[in-house]
Amino acid sequence: MAAAAVAAAALRVHELRKAYGQVAAVDGVSFRVRGGECFALLGPNGAGKTSILRCCLGLTSYQSGTIDLLGYRVPAQGRLARQRTGVVSQIDNLDPDFTVEENLLVYGRYFGLDPRAIRRRIPELLEFASLAQKAGARIGELSGGMKRRLMLARALINDPSLILMDEPTTGLDPQARHLIWERLKQLLAGGKTILLTTHFMDEAERLADRLAIVDRGRKIAEGSPRELIRGHIEPQVLEVYGEGAIQWARKCAQARGLRVEISGETAFCYATDAAALLPELEQLAGVRHLCRPANLEDVFLKLTGREMRAEW
Amino acid sequence: MANPATFWSVPRVSLRFVPVWQRNFMVWRRYLFERVVSNIVEPAITLVAFGYGLGTLLPLIDGVAYLPYLAGGTLCVSVMYSAKFESLWGAYGRMEVQRTWAAIMNAPVSIDDVLLGELAWAATKSLLTAAAMLLIVWTLGIARTPRALIVLPLAFVAGLAFSAMALIVNASAKGWDTLSTYFTIVVTPMIFLGGVFFPLSRLPPWLQEFSSYLPLTALVALVRPLMLDRVPENAALHLALLFGYALVCYFIAVGLSRRRLLR
Repeated sequence: MAAAAVAAAALRVHELRKAYGQVAAVDGVSFRVRGGECFALLGPNGAGKTSILRCCLGLTSYQSGTIDLLGYRVPAQGRLARQRTGVVSQIDNLDPDFTVEENLLVYGRYFGLDPRAIRRRIPELLEFASLAQKAGARIGELSGGMKRRLMLARALINDPSLILMDEPTTGLDPQARHLIWERLKQLLAGGKTILLTTHFMDEAERLADRLAIVDRGRKIAEGSPRELIRGHIEPQVLEVYGEGAIQWARKCAQARGLRVEISGETAFCYATDAAALLPELEQLAGVRHLCRPANLEDVFLKLTGREMRAEW
Repeated sequence: MANPATFWSVPRVSLRFVPVWQRNFMVWRRYLFERVVSNIVEPAITLVAFGYGLGTLLPLIDGVAYLPYLAGGTLCVSVMYSAKFESLWGAYGRMEVQRTWAAIMNAPVSIDDVLLGELAWAATKSLLTAAAMLLIVWTLGIARTPRALIVLPLAFVAGLAFSAMALIVNASAKGWDTLSTYFTIVVTPMIFLGGVFFPLSRLPPWLQEFSSYLPLTALVALVRPLMLDRVPENAALHLALLFGYALVCYFIAVGLSRRRLLR
């Protein structure tokens, strides 16, 4: 449970600016994570998400702005802040020389925890991570999903009130991702606060109470997934592709006032009522279509643009 | 780390270096057999091959037969190797490949403490190596004086110096090759300039002068007499040199490591 004193804001980032030489990695970003919520930083690779997390943990300097993590000013009080925070980094950095169980024991000692207290806690954490059967296994014997779950269990060794996760499910298969999501929901239900970065829209949409879209070091939108979809985009999307699809979209859809975006062979037509166009489309041989409600990905692409970037 | 200038502020250490030491100790204990065998067998071969083989052909050095003369020097080389290997290949692997340091720093442990833990661990390995070596020379009957036990704490102090130097290289290494280059141009020559195989008086005066500033020279000057049941000359000076290397190099290593990992 988040302590009452910090329940209002577990993390406060104000006007954060971080540059590497002349290049601004984070360019004036502000946001707040409330106690008990899941907040996502959503953005393409290179948007500055990881830099923001490192600043929050006091692991790197920044040029200006302020960060308060669980009431501690970072980086000055970074160590105190990290004492009560759990971190799941993007790259698995489990200790390959140790077993699953030993990894938890060794990591707990870095928090100054009593080894007996850690040992008492280990079975519960392994149970949570569905790794009880693997307690004595070496890291090399674990699958990618198991390693991620162990990373998560390790981040909980100090019973943190806030958990920072950098792309928690990147590189996992769908089953493994769903299991991680389920565990994160369990943690949220237990009162933990989570800040995660991701470039998966479905991940942000499923987990996050609120999110900020970050691009090129700037925050370009913030709100709940629903708010963002409602506020930035038409409710329905008609995807049209196949022979003659682009021409149809340019001529007919645009003529009826629909906003049309072309990406490769597909035309995306954004509409309040796309169903009205369906009978017309049925007539066109060769043109295939998909009508669906707008989602976060549409918002994201509208705000960050569809073109590929050099850094991708 | 509010700005890059603080990369060079005085290291702030805490007892959180202990779990870093413990972590390395646990790994060592796991591979105890392999580590001890390589620690004992290699120097034993050197002693047998050079001491018994070559030694019988050589005259007395400073009134001492070659085998006991060489024993002290060989012990010092082993002490140096233990700390260097641990703080070069060992530390670099933990920093760059396994990302163990990054994981530790996500916990409330600073880079200053991580380096202190590495330093203390490398020095511990130097001590363990010295203990194994003393056992060998005692078994072979080369040195059986209680005075030789003073070598153990000295090995620890020298381990701090050797490790701190290596951690500077580690913090500025571009890759594994940097470590090998350092080993070839600094560590290996030090063996020939440190009075391990022959007395320094055989070197030209300018090289003798240079050699007197090397940490290995100081260690040999302390260890060899002790193993011959003698009292080392200028012991305080040699000890001060070892502590000086440890302290100055640790400061530099901390600054460079902060610059590398906290940027």
